[in-house]
Amino acid sequence: MSHNPVALPGEPEVNLAQALAHGLSEDEFRLIRNHLGRTPTFTELGVFSVMWSEHCSYKSSRRHLARLPNKGRLVVGGPGENAGALDVGDGWLAVFKIESHNHPSFVEPYQGAATGVGGILRDIFAMGARPVASLNSLKFGSFDNARTRYLLSGVVGGIGGYGNCVGVPTVGGEVMFDAAYDDNILVNAFCLGLARKGELQSARAQGMGNPVLYVGSATGRDGIHGASLLASAEFDASSAHKRPTVQVGDPFTEKLLIEACLEAIKTGAVVALQDMGAAGLTSSSAEMAARGKLGIEINLDQVPLREPNLTPYEMLLSESQERMLIVAQAGREHELQAVFEKWDLHAVVIGRITGDCRWRVSWRGLLVADIPVAALAEQAPAYERPMARAAACTPPVRVVRERPAPAEALRRLLDSPNVGSKRWVYRQYDSIVQSNTVMEPGGDAAVLRIKGTRRALALAVDSNPRACALDPYLGAMAVTLEAARNVACVGARPIGITDCLNYGNPERPEIMWQFARGVDGIRDAALALETPVVSGNVSFYNETQGRAIPPTPTLAMVGMLADLDYCRSQFFRRPGDAILLLRTSAPALAASEYDALFGGGNRLGAIDLHKERELIDLLVTLAEKGLINSAHDVSDGGLAVALAECCFNEAGKFGASVEVGTPELDTVVNLFGEGASSVILSTPSDAAARVVQMATGRGLGCRRIGTVTSDPVLRIDSDIAIEVAELRTIYEQALPGRIQGHG
Amino acid sequence: MKWGVVSFPGSLDDRDTLYALRDVLEQDAELLWHKERDLKNADCVVLPGGFSYGDYLRCGAMARFSPIMESVVSFARRGGLVLGICNGFQILCEARLLPGALTRNRSLSFICERVTVRVENTHTPFTRAAAPHELLRLPIKHGEGLYVASEDELRRIEDRGQVLVRYVDSSGRATEAANPNGSMHSIAGVANESFNVFGLMPHPEHAVEPMLGGEGGLKIFRSIIQSFA
Amino acid sequence: MRVKVYITPRRGVLDPQGRAIEASLKSLGFNDVGPVRMGKYIELEVAAASPAQASAEVRRMCEQLLANTVIEDYRFEVEDA
Repeated sequence: MSHNPVALPGEPEVNLAQALAHGLSEDEFRLIRNHLGRTPTFTELGVFSVMWSEHCSYKSSRRHLARLPNKGRLVVGGPGENAGALDVGDGWLAVFKIESHNHPSFVEPYQGAATGVGGILRDIFAMGARPVASLNSLKFGSFDNARTRYLLSGVVGGIGGYGNCVGVPTVGGEVMFDAAYDDNILVNAFCLGLARKGELQSARAQGMGNPVLYVGSATGRDGIHGASLLASAEFDASSAHKRPTVQVGDPFTEKLLIEACLEAIKTGAVVALQDMGAAGLTSSSAEMAARGKLGIEINLDQVPLREPNLTPYEMLLSESQERMLIVAQAGREHELQAVFEKWDLHAVVIGRITGDCRWRVSWRGLLVADIPVAALAEQAPAYERPMARAAACTPPVRVVRERPAPAEALRRLLDSPNVGSKRWVYRQYDSIVQSNTVMEPGGDAAVLRIKGTRRALALAVDSNPRACALDPYLGAMAVTLEAARNVACVGARPIGITDCLNYGNPERPEIMWQFARGVDGIRDAALALETPVVSGNVSFYNETQGRAIPPTPTLAMVGMLADLDYCRSQFFRRPGDAILLLRTSAPALAASEYDALFGGGNRLGAIDLHKERELIDLLVTLAEKGLINSAHDVSDGGLAVALAECCFNEAGKFGASVEVGTPELDTVVNLFGEGASSVILSTPSDAAARVVQMATGRGLGCRRIGTVTSDPVLRIDSDIAIEVAELRTIYEQALPGRIQGHG
Repeated sequence: MKWGVVSFPGSLDDRDTLYALRDVLEQDAELLWHKERDLKNADCVVLPGGFSYGDYLRCGAMARFSPIMESVVSFARRGGLVLGICNGFQILCEARLLPGALTRNRSLSFICERVTVRVENTHTPFTRAAAPHELLRLPIKHGEGLYVASEDELRRIEDRGQVLVRYVDSSGRATEAANPNGSMHSIAGVANESFNVFGLMPHPEHAVEPMLGGEGGLKIFRSIIQSFA
Repeated sequence: MRVKVYITPRRGVLDPQGRAIEASLKSLGFNDVGPVRMGKYIELEVAAASPAQASAEVRRMCEQLLANTVIEDYRFEVEDA
């Protein structure tokens, strides 16, 4: 074996042109040569290109992400692991993370979405946590775009096809349709797992001489340069030709892998465990070694292959799914192999941990890569990219296209695919497997009990690209607050955040500015709420032919209910109950669904973080004291839509009669404006005065606006009086009508 | 009495069934591993929901050949009680322990929702705790639950009262709108001729607690418990 | 020997996939399309002394596993390479 790695027969020559073709810059190529003290081999060039890609290195975002608060009373587990964990009491830890799979899903919607679900699940069970719930946030183009139906069916089919088959319930999410996503859809997948306290699994290599095991599916050619390259460059007309690089998921194997890995961890013989995700074997092995400040040696001859004659380059870069890498305690590898054998999975020793901090790979007796581990990890480039305030952020001229009567506007809003029921989507997901789902999809937040305790967790995922387009800072803040409000509405105290930051090309200064402002907005809201950001993901280059998506930070909030009895739904429960409206500030038409349909939006209102926090506290207190029967966040479509939604309970027996008009507010803005933090409560009539007093004592606007009626009609001022059944039919048909209406 | 719940690779609701039996109904129950043959003296064997072996060829087609199924088949032939839920129902049909077969839902998509079923025959070990024509709210979650059988077979199982549960609307009528997957005769579950093997697509194990979707499923489990009282 | 196995829904058995394909084809303007049936195609290799022996073997595979004869028909071709 020679001292330096060898070029293999038939490999292209490595030069600047080849480096550029791999997506590396001239500077980066120079840096690689400095790290190595020589020109890399073709195999090594491939390794650097994926490890230094935006997707793996976070080179444009790392410095900004450092501003996010990640510490807190409940946070467990060191930074740099795959996901953060929160202590949720009674000996349980919640582990959660959200991740994007945007580009693969646009190229091949079913497999792209399916493998997105698979990847996030592996990140969670790699930490020793059993995945207990999935959520997702989906953004599609408008229904005027013929491809939208195909993408929607494919993505929903893929999420269901994978999630249903691995036995992890999909308990909620959000779906939005907007022409801004016509050429770049977003698929963000969230997973939450539960682990016993003290049993978190590390992903940090330790122990010189410890064996490295490859477990799971065999390696094929799928996904070479998949996630890394697809997610690190803009889309163009040639993207369709990248189809063969999209990975194919096998949820059955994933299910076996979950059970086998959790069983293997229980043996105590697992030192470190990580998913072979983006950049597969390369990134998993380099990252585990880097965390432990150690080296690693891999022998590719031992890697299980699905097809013959894979080159080292292909084996190292393959993104074949359902594979994990384990560092085991020396001498105990057979115990682990027995566990994987029980589940009919591969488990082979492919290498060992070394003390020299090198990442070294051999194949057929030849050294094919020899790189300092640090060069692949913490010494990867990190950029302070130039920023410039985006011109698009100046408030648009207020254009009113249409002013329908309030009753008509309500009907048309309920018929919007963004407001209407998403039942067509979530009924394709198994939301009840594992027997924990107390609140199913369709409400403000999903609620999962923790078996054997009185506790429960609430989960919500939110985004608001229209607000972020008007003001990336206020928009990101509003998204964070909405996610917190959503979990507080079901009675849970917000305890932690994971974020998926979807933006355009970071090499453009205005996009970088949007991103930085978004990070600041999340930071300020998270600090105000004392909710740490424990994990996350950045997805850049969401643009096609120079047209970027609106800035879309997606926030998932986890909340805790100390007792299941605190849980409340959005639905009115008893005729005669008082209906109360809580508001922190005045609503506005800016970034509203009303504006999207009829126009009239202007500038976003200011946000008072102190009041926002008081509102969240109040909601949790009211639920804990049992003073309210329901709570519902006013969201897409505004107050009138939210009131209608409160009446849509299973039985559909109740109505509401309210007076909401106030002299300070235009009727349209009052009924259909968004932006302000507003919540509709119902309380027993005799508790209403006390609730109002508690709210005003905290400086929050709160007044009784009406009563829950046994007559199933929604009456709002003198403007609206419509049968709940009619409203519900419109609401339920909004999505199926558009999907089936066009074959 | 003693319960055995089979875990195939890809079984998903095995733990949920175990939870319903042990934690809610306080029964003696344990998991049976597919590679083994020992039913561990179970009086009733449950084949749970899921995607056994990924269901890659046909739902239930491969599970039928696992070692544990040899024991389950001979147990059933001796008159032992076998309950198949969802994927378990599909496996029992593939193993020819139950008549008919299950194919793709009429809508071609997976459906997860609560349905109402009407108990059609209460003179069986699986339904004796229910009142005649009692309506039960149970969840379904499947992509292939459309029950099919030949016209002759359908006539025979209807005549003998082998259809134990049928999809109906909230007033108890078997309408097309209330038939979630397009099953023939709105059949949600059937028993064999000797009424010791029963398969159904709805999930009784997911309807055993008021907080999680109601208690409609208790009727099925309590019937079986009564049969051993 | 290479064997090609074709599995189709039995006549008279509801075939929702076939029906959906038929509807889609018609909506694309292929109005002359008749009933569409959708099935499965399985390719496998079998070591056998003769095509007759291979056929007997494959028939057993179909009866036991590859097709569910309650709802599916099968046919196959043995290619003597």
